[in-house]
Order: sequence, then structure tokens, then C-alpha cells
Amino acid sequence: MKDISRRKFLKFGALTAATVSIPPVLKAVVQNNEEKIFFEDAPAKCVIEIWMWGGPSHLDTFDPKPNISRDFNGGLKAIKTNVPEIELSETLPSLAKIADKYSIIRSMTHGINGHETATYVMQTGREPGNGLVYPAIGAVIGMLRGYDYGYNKNIAPYVILTKTKGRFSETGFLSSRYRPFVTGGNPSAAQFDVEGIVSRYVTEQQQLDRKELLNRFNSMNSTKKKNNERSKNYDKTTVEAYSLMLGDVKNTFDLSKESKEMRKKYGMTQFGQSCLVARRLAEKGVKYITINVPGWDTHKRHFEIMKRKLVEFDQGLAALISDLSDKNMLDSTLVWCSGEFGRTPKILWNEPWNGGRGHFGNCFSALVAGGGFKGGCVVGASDSTGENVAKRPVYPEDFLGSIYELAGINPEGIMPNPLGKKLKIMPSMTRSSGRLTEIYCQK
Amino acid sequence: MMGESMKKLVVTVSFIILCGIIGMTSHAQKYSVFEKTSPQKINKIDDFIIANLTKKNIQRANLCSDAVFIRRLYIDVIGTMPTAKEVKEFLADKRTNKRALLINKVLQRSEFADYWSLKWCDILRVKSEFPINLWPNAVQAYHKYIHESLSKNIPYNKFSRELLLANGSNFKVPQSNFYRAVQSKTPEGIARAVSLTFMGIRYEKQSSDFQKNLATAFSQVKYKGTDEWKEEIVYQDYNLVDDFYLKTVDGQKILVKKGVDPRVVFTDWLVAKDNKLFNRNIVNRIWYWLMNRGLIHEADNLPVDTNNTLHQDLLDYLEQELVNNSYNLKHIYRIILNSATYQQSSVARTKHKDAEKYFAYYISQRLDAEVLIDMIDYLGGTGQRYSSVIPEPFTYIPVKNRTITLADASIGSSFLENFGRPSRDMGYLSERKNFFNDIQRLYLINSTKIQNSIFKIIKKHKYILKSSYKIKGFDARIKYITKELFILILSRYPSTDELELVVGYCKQNGAGKNFYRSINDIVWTILNSEEFLMKH
Repeated sequence: MKDISRRKFLKFGALTAATVSIPPVLKAVVQNNEEKIFFEDAPAKCVIEIWMWGGPSHLDTFDPKPNISRDFNGGLKAIKTNVPEIELSETLPSLAKIADKYSIIRSMTHGINGHETATYVMQTGREPGNGLVYPAIGAVIGMLRGYDYGYNKNIAPYVILTKTKGRFSETGFLSSRYRPFVTGGNPSAAQFDVEGIVSRYVTEQQQLDRKELLNRFNSMNSTKKKNNERSKNYDKTTVEAYSLMLGDVKNTFDLSKESKEMRKKYGMTQFGQSCLVARRLAEKGVKYITINVPGWDTHKRHFEIMKRKLVEFDQGLAALISDLSDKNMLDSTLVWCSGEFGRTPKILWNEPWNGGRGHFGNCFSALVAGGGFKGGCVVGASDSTGENVAKRPVYPEDFLGSIYELAGINPEGIMPNPLGKKLKIMPSMTRSSGRLTEIYCQK
Repeated sequence: MMGESMKKLVVTVSFIILCGIIGMTSHAQKYSVFEKTSPQKINKIDDFIIANLTKKNIQRANLCSDAVFIRRLYIDVIGTMPTAKEVKEFLADKRTNKRALLINKVLQRSEFADYWSLKWCDILRVKSEFPINLWPNAVQAYHKYIHESLSKNIPYNKFSRELLLANGSNFKVPQSNFYRAVQSKTPEGIARAVSLTFMGIRYEKQSSDFQKNLATAFSQVKYKGTDEWKEEIVYQDYNLVDDFYLKTVDGQKILVKKGVDPRVVFTDWLVAKDNKLFNRNIVNRIWYWLMNRGLIHEADNLPVDTNNTLHQDLLDYLEQELVNNSYNLKHIYRIILNSATYQQSSVARTKHKDAEKYFAYYISQRLDAEVLIDMIDYLGGTGQRYSSVIPEPFTYIPVKNRTITLADASIGSSFLENFGRPSRDMGYLSERKNFFNDIQRLYLINSTKIQNSIFKIIKKHKYILKSSYKIKGFDARIKYITKELFILILSRYPSTDELELVVGYCKQNGAGKNFYRSINDIVWTILNSEEFLMKH
């Protein structure tokens, strides 16, 4: 790994002196290292992103406001956690039992209320509209921790469970080589049909027969091949696909390898079982795993939907964090959880919303656990109604910059890109009060 | 030890056998199933191409076979594969001008507008969401307008003028969306789009003078909302600028009086008959679309200098043809499609490193994502359920609609994303990624979806299996089925080697239930072959 990163430094013309191992916590001291891409010995070997697509209400989850009007809290109460100073919404009882294992940021802000733009900003840390479309953090980590830099597993370094976000192109201006592997299927179904890897109808023998037949058929027409660069990767990618199908990747997605108790602990829901698959992928060495959890865009019937969804969410996420902790994987696995924004603290009781909440980018919450983040902390605060950041605003670039840093990637490093431009991984933090160093574990 | 005479005998016998094989194969392989005759010269385009190739001493490919031609033509011109009936009729047609006749026929098909709307929406960046944010209603209106313009074959200079001079509501004046389909609604943001779309020039790579001068033409473009959800009016604010001189890329200075829309002055200059920047861009784009590489490469990253390129004479000729034929784009399609250069085989007869640059063979390329999924749907009689619940209003596309008619690049589909549908973020041709990756191969080799498609294909064409029962003998029956499947899916008849391969495979699996499995495997093999997945 060391050799590879060294070679890459040279390749991007960034190696000025010896690549000294710089633990992230010391980063602030070291100046003028903007072009260095990697930090060695970074704590987070794997990142698990839980994306609450649509924007979950912060008041009804991580930032409860039990003592104000029902017009804001909808009558939801707060509950104590196992950390004295932290309270959560009563909707999250399982997470309340393990608050020492994660930290909460209650001062996330970007002020954008459109799904697509807010998603882009939260995924890239970039303001829109400068003529470039940046890649999402998953694609960047998938690239910088992927095949170009020593990753050698069959399974892609960046895996999405089970569908893409849609909304925008995750790889941005990067080559499509850095596209995530998207599983499709449903891990809580009787059979988890992982797109192309686990097929319902074809036996392994038949697959091998077909492979042989295809080889012979293609070779009959070999005269027309190989004269064109564009057709060459047909062969290469076919070989790769077979190594994925016929190798042990299949087993990684096979939840029957887990005990019944373990599966039940995560909850027999799509979200719960996705969390379990995510843990199995983390064990395999996958670098970035996203679980896209749709359905938080609760303009109408807000409380009814939240009550249903949060049961699954609370159980799955709490099981994931505890399980990682039990397996001694939490220190090396960074879990983060957020939506593109929060929801309007003031409830819209009138028609047609009948108790809904709108989009709210001015102030919302996020959760981080493991991978070099301390547990049991709260960063920042919202005001009494949750409508404004009261202290320590955290912008998307601070938030993502921290994840990059703990994953061993210098947010100020230059991102390799096909545009031939000198683009930093994260923009300069002109408006912020810095990355989340206050909740980095000290070495 | 072998005696000397014995050795001689062995050598002689081997020699005879070898000659036999060579004799057979050389006869059979003089032209592969993909080739018809030696290289030809059909029209003026070929003169230019041949002159360059001769100069470089590069050997041209043979003329492609009729089967290759019909498939290529259909896919290139209407994004649609030919039916088995169309292929059989064309192959049986004895007329010497049958290719030219077919070209005329295909150019008149209604799918022409469907397919080219798709390509135009790529470069005009038609999508609801980030980073273009046209929103669904406007996307539908804009797509409909583009489709109508192509259906009516509106002259290209008129089409360009309509886009550039549009004012009004994004719903009622759909072409006004040209000014909305930009990442930044500023004079510079618009100039960037105009430069790329109509001149194939990357604004951001040009001098600051170029940038400044072009942007002034759009300095009065303004936007305002209305009470209608997501309606937006594009208008001119004449109070912004006093009299000024508009400087064009080729150095002209034109006075723009206060109260005059500078876009009119700019557009008059742009679409003038002698403006090579305008003419060169579109003929080169069409060449790129049909030949998979521009005469100038990359086809939307052109130099400001309109002279001194590799294929200068040919470009000049095509530009002249465009102007002389009243900007009728189909005329340009027609002359390119009729050329022997277009009708070359993709089987190269040279290893010269510049062969592609000089068009010494047809450059094959993986099918467009939309075209591929349409082909699979057509074969199986299936369709896709495209929908988007965000942003409002929700969009649901009828299952019967083909994927090439999909207006909105924001409508999610893992198939389309994995197979490289363009993001339409910038409008670059390179955003469409027609190459393979392992995720695509996994989908085609082993997904439940492809297996379902295979079931559907066999079910829809069960008449092939049924009618094969009339044929006596296992081998003959397999051969009949194979021929029909090849014509259906690959648009050609199988070679004798291929027939033998399939017969051998079916024999090895046996009859009864296993026979059905063999048919399944054969369909799978064809769908997974490089030949099927490429336009070649």
C-alpha cells in the first residue's frame, strides 16, 4: 500500500519530500501539504453511508424539542440515552441505549431547500453552478481507495444497497469506471437477487456451459475483433464479470450465512437487512458502502409515516453500530447518516398538508459513528425551535471533509480528474468554523 | 524411428491435408459473413477519404455485407433494429441500387425523429433536475418541440434561429428552454452553451476576448417567474445596455443600438451562409454520429481556426452541400450513408496506427443504452416502467413507449445509468459512454432480468419452435431454429460453422426438457455476443 501511494504521489507530481505518516489529528499543524492526497494510518478503513433520501425531520429524530409548542414537536417527547447529557426523540429507543457509540451534529446547514441541489451539495461539498459537476464522496473514495490504488478484491470498492439516489450523476466528471456497484434486489426477500451476481434461474453448471458456448461463438468471429480499441474491453469486462459471479462474492450477499438471531436483531426489513449486508461487505474490505433509504419526504401524513419508518430505522442502525462494536470493527468503520436537509420545524397543519413538514436546509442533524469519530458527543446546537443554528454551524464541506480526513484522504489534496484541471477534493472552508476535529479520537 | 520414406509420406500427407484446409478456408474466408466485396467507391465522399488513405498507404476495409448494412443503417438512423422480415426481404432483393433505396426509406421512418430527438436532447441538456433543473413540464414541452422540428425536417438554420431568438414562457414557447438548460443563467453561462451547441467550440478554453465578446450578445437575457408552478419567462431587458459594438469570433464589429436585441445581430452573423464555424460544426457532428468519430476529433471540441484540418477538403465539401441544400440535414445524412466509406466493413485490413483517424474501416461501437434496452424489449415484447415521483409533477411513462423516446435524463433507471446514458450535465458528446464495464456484463450474463427477457423472447417467438416440428431429423431441426433466431436477433444468417457449433451444443445437452434449455442458452449466447452488443 505504501509503495502504491508513493507511486501515485509521483504520478500526480505531488511528492515533494518523503511521505511521512501524518495522523489526521496532527493535520492542522502541518501546513502547505495541499497536494498530498493520502494520509497513512487513517482510522477509517471503510465508510458506511446511510442516506435518508428526501430529508428526515431533525426534531423528530436527533434534535428533539419536547418543551415547546405542539405546533413544532407534534407532541413527541424526548427520552434519555445512556449518555447523561444527550436526549433523543422517543422515536429512537434502541439508538438511545448506545449513545456512547456515536455522536450527533445538530447544526448542519446549507440553506438549500431543493432536493436535487441539496443532495448534490451534501454529497459533494460543492456549491452548484460553476460549470462543473463534482463526484459524490462515495465515488471519490471508491476511486482513491479503489483499483488504481491497490484495491484487489473482486467486488467493487464502492457498493450501493439497493438503488441509486437518482437525482444526479454520482460520478460527476469522473470516468464511469468509478461507478458504484448497485445491488438491486431486496435483502429481506426470500432470495436477495443481487443484480447479475445471484440469479434465480440458472445453475452454475448451465452458466459454465453457456460461457463455453459464448467463447466459441465469439472466437468464430474473431476476424472482426481487436482492430478497434473500443471493442477490446468486451473481453476484459467479460472475464471480470465471471470472476465476480463464480467467486466468493456471492457468499458475501448470502444472508443465510448469518444466524437467525443476528438477522432478527437487525430487523427483517429491507433497511435492517441492508445494514447487515453492509456489515458483511465491510468485513470483506469494501471501501465505501451506501444504503439509500427513501421515503423521508413527508409533506403529508408526516407523523404517521415517521412512526412507521423510524421503528425500522432505529432497530437497523442501532444493530449495525452495536454489531460493529461487538466485532471490534467500529474503530475502523465510519458510519454516517443524514438526509439532504431536515424538515420545517413548524408543522403545517392546514390543507393540503394536514400535519406535514416541508424542506428545510437551514438547520438539520446528522449522525456519525466510529472510524475515528468519538461517541457520546453532540456538536453544535439549534435554537429553541430548531429553525436556526444556534452554535457551531457545520457546512457540508466541513462534514464531508472530516469523513475524507478520517478515511485517510486529504480534503485539500488535488483530485485526479479527466478534465486536466487542478481541483481540490473539498473547497476551501471560507465560511465555516472548521472540520469536526472536536470529535476526532485522539491517538 | 521413422524411416526416411515414411517421414516423407507423413509430410506429404500433412501437406495435402493442410492445402485442403487452406483451400477451403481461403475460399470461405475470402469474405467473412460481415463482408461483401472488395473496397468500393460510390460517391464524392469516398474520393476524399481514398485520397488521404492512398497518401498514407493504408488499406481500406472491404464493403460490408448486406446483412451488416441493414442492421447498421437501422440502428444508426432510427435507433431501431430491423425486423426479421425486413432483413429477409432486403437480403433477397436483387436490385443493384437496393442500398440507396433502403437509405431513402429509412430516412423517412417516423422513428427518425424519435431517435434524433434523443441525440439532440443530449446536446441541448434536456433534464428536469440537477444541474440543469428544467423541471418536468418544461422538459416535456421542449422535447416535443425538438421532436416536431425533426419530424418536419425544419432547416437547420431556421431551427437554430428559433432556439437563439426565443423569448417567453418555458411552457408556451418551448424553445425558450434553450436559455434555461444551462448551469448558470448568466451571459457567460449562456455563451458557453451557445458556443458548444452551434460552433462545437469549448467556450471555457478560449481567450478572454472570445469569451467577453460572445457573452455580450446575451447580456440582456433575463428570467422571471410567474404564479404558475415552475413557469419561467425568458425576456430581453433593453434597459441594461446602451449602444455597443458586438465583436464576432471572426473579427467583425457590428453596432447594436439601444433597444435592439443583440441576439438578433449575433444570430444573423452565426447562421450566415459563409459562416464556416456554424456549418462545420453540424456536418462534423453528423459525421461523428454516423461514423462514431468526427472528421475533427473530438467532434465538440473544435479549434476556432476553420482551416488546416486533416479532412479539410471533405469538410468543405459537406459544408457546401449543406448550404446548397438549404440546410436540409437529411441531405447530409443521405450522402454520408450512401458513401462506400460508411458502407465499409468493420473488419480492418490494416494495422496502421492511424487507420481509425483516416476511416480505413467502419469504427464499431457498443450500442447506445436506450437502443439496447429497446432491442431487448422489442425481441421479448416487453417494455420498461419509467417514472419519477420527484420533482413534481410526478412523471409516469406508459410502458408501450420506447426508451429512445424518453424525454427526461433525470428519470432514473439503473440499466440506463449502467450502460452509459449521458448525464446531460454539460451537453458534451463524451457524456454518452458507449463502452463496456463489468456491471453491464454481469447484467447481461447473469441477471434475473436478462433471464426473464430470454424467457419472453422464446415465448413470443414460439412459432419458430412449433414450425420446426415439421422438419425431419434433429440436426435439420436445430439448424432451422438457429437460422430463424440469428435472423431475428443478429439480423443475419448463421455461417455453416456456427450451425455446426449450435448443433453440437444441442446434441450434447440432449432432447426433451434439455432441448428447451439449449434453446435458452443459444438465445443467451447471441444476446451476450460482442456482435449483438455492438453496432458494427
